[in-house]
Amino acid sequence: MTYFDVAEAAVSAALAAGARYADARVMHKRYETMTARNGDIDELTSDESAGIGVRALVGSSWGFFAVPDAEKAKQAGARAAEIAKASARVPGKAIDLIAAEVNTASWASECAIDPIGVALSDKGDLLVHATKAMGEHGADLSEALYQIWDTNKWFLSSEGHRIDQHIRECGGGISATSLGESESQRRSYPSYRGQYGTRGWELVNELDLLAHAPRIAEESRALLDAPLCQSGETTLILGGEQMCLQIHESVGHAIELDRILGWEAAFAGTSWLDLSRLGSLTYGSEFMNIIIDASIPGALGSFGFDDEGVPATRRHAVKNGTWVGVLAGRDSASVAGLDYAGSVRSDGWARLPMVRMTNVGLEPGPHTLEEIIASTEDGIYMENNRSWSIDDKRLNFQFGCEIGYEVKGGKLGRLVRNPTYTGIGPKFWSSMDMLSSEIVNWGTPNCGKGQPAQVGHTGHPAAPARFQGVRVGVRG
Amino acid sequence: MRTVNEIAERVLDAARKALPGAEIEVKADRSSVGLTRFANSYIHQNVAEDTTSVSLRVHRDGRTIALSTTTGDHAAFVQRAAALAELGPVDATWPGLSRAQPLEREVSHDEATAAATAQDRASLVRDFVEAAGGLEAAGYCRTVAWAGAYRNSAGQALDAATASADMDGIARSDGVDSVARRLSARLSDLDGAALGVRAASGVHSSASPEELPPGRYEVIFEPEAVSDLLNILIMYGFNGKVFNEGRSFAALGAPQFDPSISINDDPFADDIGAKPFDNEGTSRTRLTLVDSGITAAIAHDRRTAREAGARSTGHSNPGENWGPMAANVGLTPGTATLESMIASMERGILVRDLWYTRVLDPRSLVVTGLTRNGAWLVENGEIVKPVRNFRFTQSYPNALTPGAVLGVGSVPIPQASRRELNTLSCPALHLASWNFTGGASG
Repeated sequence: MTYFDVAEAAVSAALAAGARYADARVMHKRYETMTARNGDIDELTSDESAGIGVRALVGSSWGFFAVPDAEKAKQAGARAAEIAKASARVPGKAIDLIAAEVNTASWASECAIDPIGVALSDKGDLLVHATKAMGEHGADLSEALYQIWDTNKWFLSSEGHRIDQHIRECGGGISATSLGESESQRRSYPSYRGQYGTRGWELVNELDLLAHAPRIAEESRALLDAPLCQSGETTLILGGEQMCLQIHESVGHAIELDRILGWEAAFAGTSWLDLSRLGSLTYGSEFMNIIIDASIPGALGSFGFDDEGVPATRRHAVKNGTWVGVLAGRDSASVAGLDYAGSVRSDGWARLPMVRMTNVGLEPGPHTLEEIIASTEDGIYMENNRSWSIDDKRLNFQFGCEIGYEVKGGKLGRLVRNPTYTGIGPKFWSSMDMLSSEIVNWGTPNCGKGQPAQVGHTGHPAAPARFQGVRVGVRG
Repeated sequence: MRTVNEIAERVLDAARKALPGAEIEVKADRSSVGLTRFANSYIHQNVAEDTTSVSLRVHRDGRTIALSTTTGDHAAFVQRAAALAELGPVDATWPGLSRAQPLEREVSHDEATAAATAQDRASLVRDFVEAAGGLEAAGYCRTVAWAGAYRNSAGQALDAATASADMDGIARSDGVDSVARRLSARLSDLDGAALGVRAASGVHSSASPEELPPGRYEVIFEPEAVSDLLNILIMYGFNGKVFNEGRSFAALGAPQFDPSISINDDPFADDIGAKPFDNEGTSRTRLTLVDSGITAAIAHDRRTAREAGARSTGHSNPGENWGPMAANVGLTPGTATLESMIASMERGILVRDLWYTRVLDPRSLVVTGLTRNGAWLVENGEIVKPVRNFRFTQSYPNALTPGAVLGVGSVPIPQASRRELNTLSCPALHLASWNFTGGASG
């Protein structure tokens, strides 16, 4: 019995139990992670997860049931339909799915070096040496990690989709923490939890973690004695990694159609965006061009087909500052009267697919970071995210960074500690007056959404940018 | 189908044969979760899963590995462990396995809750939506049945089964939201209508909220908001890993909190369907973290306990290397009622809930976040008007320092944390000062 046969049995059972549409995902997922701390390996974990999740549409509601045992595929299909029927006790309007091309396809992400195949001893040595180097350069706590996901999935729908995909993702990073009398300072490379992509171990090799270990250890120590970031309004320059976070939180989540429709109102929240203004609302300055693109080779939010069988595509979410697109699924697009989907994923066989970011990020600007700093008379440069908080409409945010520098007369000046900035999404993005061309496809492997909770992997093309009149240095 | 204790024993036996001389621990969990989700006043997502997973940790020749699987091929699983064991990293701080020790107490297991159907959950949702009286309603009703078995090569063997149910919903109108939550070991304890009424009452009294200037205000936090304070304190303060690394504010034996504050971790309190042992097979007991204002204990797993020269408190946490955290936390109730707190307030803010709280500095535990689901201005002992959400930047321990707590409520509400990591039982809190650093418009 093939995996498609298993999925076929589940879908047929769901239809027989009354579903007007059903689909099934058989998935096999391997996850490997290792962490090191202060020169020793801290933990090695190797997880394997396999099972089938069946989605059935009855009336206005989805029913979903998941089991690890392929032999129970038929029962799972019937249970999914029965669960959907129970929803009729509190019914809504009937949901339709927008049309989707029926595909029979096979797709695999690019991978030069199979990350699970790399010897554990080699991977462990890298982490140990990196943490030792940070300790030797002043860090009180030095940490390093890598993570690998290797996922095979087989998708089949009652409309005829039969798609299998093999997606390999990996990445890693290092961090150094120095402890002071009353506070601690952390520096990380290349970002808060590392850098990730739909690539093989070559991604980790390219990061060259060892080369950056001494620098971040020394910076974490230096931050303890640095002056506090100034408080007030100023010109703010953000590094590319912090721009990744800024895009993720204040654009990516805001353009999720399920949030806009109120489907996430009780937990993740809604959005400040009003569908009636799609195509006309000003989101930011003319430099702001945000693309939704699941087809970027190697980016963490890339795939061949989403979990509804819709092929990866590229479209604008914001064009020259105007809001023009959303992240949608086949059901939410139908409710909203849109004709595109392609942004639905689940984090495993046991979870209902939902609207998730794919790769959401900036198109390159005309400047370089060097030019941005050189043209700034007075301001603050911040890089590497430290904390993030944003309201349930994705409008009012306050973000903290690990490190900041004063900018005076077109040059980087003193180091400052505890830099934070706050703002309101469209006002902030409208103040962006310079944008670098130095795009990096940052990967975020920890995007939480949904109930039961799901962890999404998202990509964010981002580059350094400058913003005017931003409130910085918010403190308790 | 095999039971989880049969699975755990078979995997342990197979692993012993494949890995002679190794220290081995096996945990088998069966989890049946049903979650009925509603939005725009109808059920839009309705999910269930029935999953059995097995995790295995092996320590041999100074090396440690951890594995898990949901596949039923346990022979292949053990073979994978045997192959990895020789390649695992050197583990110089291996704390050893838990010794044979019985459960402190049995936990309740409500069969009706464990067997709850999507129809049962939908009925509670219907009650919530109807009680919201035409306001837009959204949220979920969840039932969980868990059976777990732990076995290790040192002779520890523990089995347990629990069930729990919780409901969390908002009512909303014209952009104004309010919330109600409740957790119990029994689905029959949940009253969808009562929760719907509580959520709706917050909306009715929040029509046309005004924006107030930021600044320091006296505050009354309702139980939903207090749960966030407890959650942050246990994640970043009373966490053995964070404590050992010197990143926690906590100082054992020091009077860091107001004498009215006592915080306990108790799997047997409030009948919430808690698990009676942790991931390492340590039987859980009641742990007093703060005793009348004095920091009394830190949550440890076996590794952090070894580092600290302490005993494991049964708080091994399986997720994401967060470190050991209290799992079933309660703030000991006081004597105040919400009404008496409001009556005693000259000028301040009543807050229903907090949202998206993130730590700016782990050592001082300065946190930024927002109010959500209802905030009201109180003047001269009365609620005078609803206010728009604030952003705050505040050290949580400083807000609870001696003299800063003006009252502790008498009625705790058990809740599941949004992070799905723990449960929290909280009454309302009346605090002398809270630092609101921004309004809704920035």
